[in-house]
Amino acid sequence: MSDGTASRRRGTRRPPILLVMLGGFGLLFLLIPLMGLLGEVAWSDLPELLGRPVVVDAMRLSLLSSVAATLLAAVIGVPLAWLLAKVDFPGRSLVRGLVLLPLVLPPVVGGAALLFALGRRGVVGGPLHDLTGLVLPFSIWGVVIAATFVSMPFLVITVEGALTALDDRYEWAGATLGAGRWTVLRRVTLPLIAPSLGAGLILTWARALGEFGATITFAGNLQGRTQTLPLAVFVALESDRAIAVALSLLMVLVALAVLILLRNRWLRSL
Amino acid sequence: MVEITVTGLDAKIVVGRGEDFRLDMELRIPPGRTVALLGPNGAGKTTAVMAIAGVIPIDGGHIRLGDHLLDDPRSEVLVPPERRNIGVVFQDYLLFPHLSVVDNVAFGLRSTGTGKSEARRAARLWMDHLEIGELAAARPADLSGGEAQRAAIARALVTEPRLLLLDEPLAALDVTIRAHLRRLLADHLDGFLGPRLLITHEPTEAFLLADEIHVLEDGRITQIGTPDDIRLRPRTRYIADLAGANLLTGWASGGTVVVSDFELHAADTQTEGPVLVTIHPRAISVHRRQPEGSARNTWPTTIKRLEHYGDRVRLQTDLPIPLTAEITPGAARELSLEQGGEIWLSMKATEISLGAA
Amino acid sequence: MKRGVLSVLGIAMLVSCSSGERTELLVSAAASLADGFIAIEAAYEESHPEVDVVLNFGGSSALREQILAGAPTGVFASANETIMNDVAAAGLLHEPSQVFATNRLAIAVPEGNPAGVAGLEDFDRPELLLGLCARGVPCGDFARTALQRAGVTPVVDTDEPNVRALLTKVELGDLDAGIVYVTDVIARSSVVDSVVIPDEFNPTARYPIAVIARSGAQDTATKFVSFVLGAEGQAVLADRGFGVHE
Repeated sequence: MSDGTASRRRGTRRPPILLVMLGGFGLLFLLIPLMGLLGEVAWSDLPELLGRPVVVDAMRLSLLSSVAATLLAAVIGVPLAWLLAKVDFPGRSLVRGLVLLPLVLPPVVGGAALLFALGRRGVVGGPLHDLTGLVLPFSIWGVVIAATFVSMPFLVITVEGALTALDDRYEWAGATLGAGRWTVLRRVTLPLIAPSLGAGLILTWARALGEFGATITFAGNLQGRTQTLPLAVFVALESDRAIAVALSLLMVLVALAVLILLRNRWLRSL
Repeated sequence: MVEITVTGLDAKIVVGRGEDFRLDMELRIPPGRTVALLGPNGAGKTTAVMAIAGVIPIDGGHIRLGDHLLDDPRSEVLVPPERRNIGVVFQDYLLFPHLSVVDNVAFGLRSTGTGKSEARRAARLWMDHLEIGELAAARPADLSGGEAQRAAIARALVTEPRLLLLDEPLAALDVTIRAHLRRLLADHLDGFLGPRLLITHEPTEAFLLADEIHVLEDGRITQIGTPDDIRLRPRTRYIADLAGANLLTGWASGGTVVVSDFELHAADTQTEGPVLVTIHPRAISVHRRQPEGSARNTWPTTIKRLEHYGDRVRLQTDLPIPLTAEITPGAARELSLEQGGEIWLSMKATEISLGAA
Repeated sequence: MKRGVLSVLGIAMLVSCSSGERTELLVSAAASLADGFIAIEAAYEESHPEVDVVLNFGGSSALREQILAGAPTGVFASANETIMNDVAAAGLLHEPSQVFATNRLAIAVPEGNPAGVAGLEDFDRPELLLGLCARGVPCGDFARTALQRAGVTPVVDTDEPNVRALLTKVELGDLDAGIVYVTDVIARSSVVDSVVIPDEFNPTARYPIAVIARSGAQDTATKFVSFVLGAEGQAVLADRGFGVHE
């Protein structure tokens, strides 16, 4: 008890020097690569480089596919999180592990797995192609699927955590007021977990934007169709470093802008 | 007041919760009556609330509200909570933090298909009735305990429920305003014509708000009676300890408390005006002769009634105020007490606790 | 691999002591050389037990970036002379590079050639799913040279980052055809079929090898390069479909 009061009274003193030093190193660890990137930027050529079709195409495709992947993850990931949090079904802990798998799996492995399953001769992709003529690899659908695969865990774990922490009784209150399960979900549950949902969506979007390995393995790489910013950076590193650096800078700016804009609103709960 | 169909609750609730707990109780509440379910924590009160509200199914028995069978495992009837039309005022009120107060109150109507403006209009009527009309745009987080309670009551009543269920409605409140809000709550309850069920672990609430009290201990109803029955003739140790206190209303002024022309002397000289006086039966001493010393709360009287309850003896006297004293069987033998016998009662001023009523 | 298993068994100390007496030589080789260089490593270590050859495969241009960035590479075997020239221009070669092998291109198709690809002329058919290596990657640049010589403007569905990635997509049947090296279709002949590209269109890829100046193991590296250029190394490469130097 007295310890508590003492530390509260002394709460205004300077933070421990060791923490400041380690934290400072932590910050440097993040800043140094960024500085390395900035050092490579050919500033005078930048406007011209950023206007090139390869950059514009990649930018457009990245924004489109990352937003689409986030929406797809929301449509199928939130219900999955709800089931995990609310329904005690057999094998639930197994499913929990499965949901986290894309976080652990190298994205290239994820992409290869997607190719085996959803490729033109895959277990699912084969019949799909025979029935509809649809080919998922080498199309924007492939890009969206790859990005959803690797990014959805962020949404599922954030939303599941929020749902588990949520006081069930708010949902009961909604039900006793005549709200059916859908209405409760829509008007009580989702608004109550909105901060976590928002944070989860942002993390998902950020991961989808940065997605590389699964995309290039599953969806291939073609400018204007499947070549997102990360793929364009990778290919350009082999051929034209100035473009690669310009593309990287663009990614950093887009990501920073979105994260900083949204952080105050949504990421406080993280 | 809106004209509503008023029908009674008839329930036999059997719920097995884990291996070592089983709730098995019957409950009948006619329209216009308030029944309190009084019991310690863990007695099964919350389970009963959940079963009646429809959040959990019962394992045996039935729940019937008027003509509507809500839950009956034998005939496989189980009406989900959203179709039971039971108004619940939850412990902590559980106002939705993301909605304004008026939208909280309008929630029930909106959920059952009423349009937004229509639902808000109805919500405002109830809020005006409960004198929180000016808080329509506020957020629940900005409300005081009393305002939140009234918002919760308005939210529960706006759908014109067939049963009003109040789960520890005062527990979330600061002690200093509880008495005031208890009286307001009593007024609001009177305005509701259907059956009302009050869940509480606070004897005072049950005594003051309920027409009838069901005492629930360890999943079983141990006593049913009017507040006076329960207070004067408690059947179990729990009721005797917690519910069996002497409760009097009086007027305090500088430590002197006047209870229907009878004067008590309390150590508390601060509380002024109308008060609720609590005196525990075991704090009252019983003597055959006038006790020595200067205790100011000393009166001669005769024994009106003497009741033996195993390890204790309760006695009521002819004093103009209804005081019950409790002593051990040994002491009763020693004093050779009997009905009609003459005795002296005394109590210390420190044993008389006063609460603003 | 062997070392990994042993360290799991908890006797890593013993291994590191014995391997401490061996000189480690980092050989960075183009991905298309993988099969050949794995065989060369085995043969070389057998005749030179004092050297531990560590192989690092990748796209030639990625390997170049590693070397330029200061990787401790002893020997660099590139699939492309231009890329080797970049390393030379940076002054990182111990002595001028030598061509040790050549390669030609072939069209890889899934087993049975389901789309009936007949040659380079099919690479402008939009209804087919076609892949090349990306520009800037040697196999991609060579493939485009071949297509240009054949007068075909390719309509492709993907520019793969390296030849292995391209070949995998052909193997799985996700692509109807892709242009890869002859050596690749020979190595994977059990799972892919190939269509020959006529000599008149088919460019010759020349694989230069060189000792990197900075490595501090020039002697060991030079001996390894001689081995690759010698009869034994050349035989290993010829077995795998490479053209060997004259």
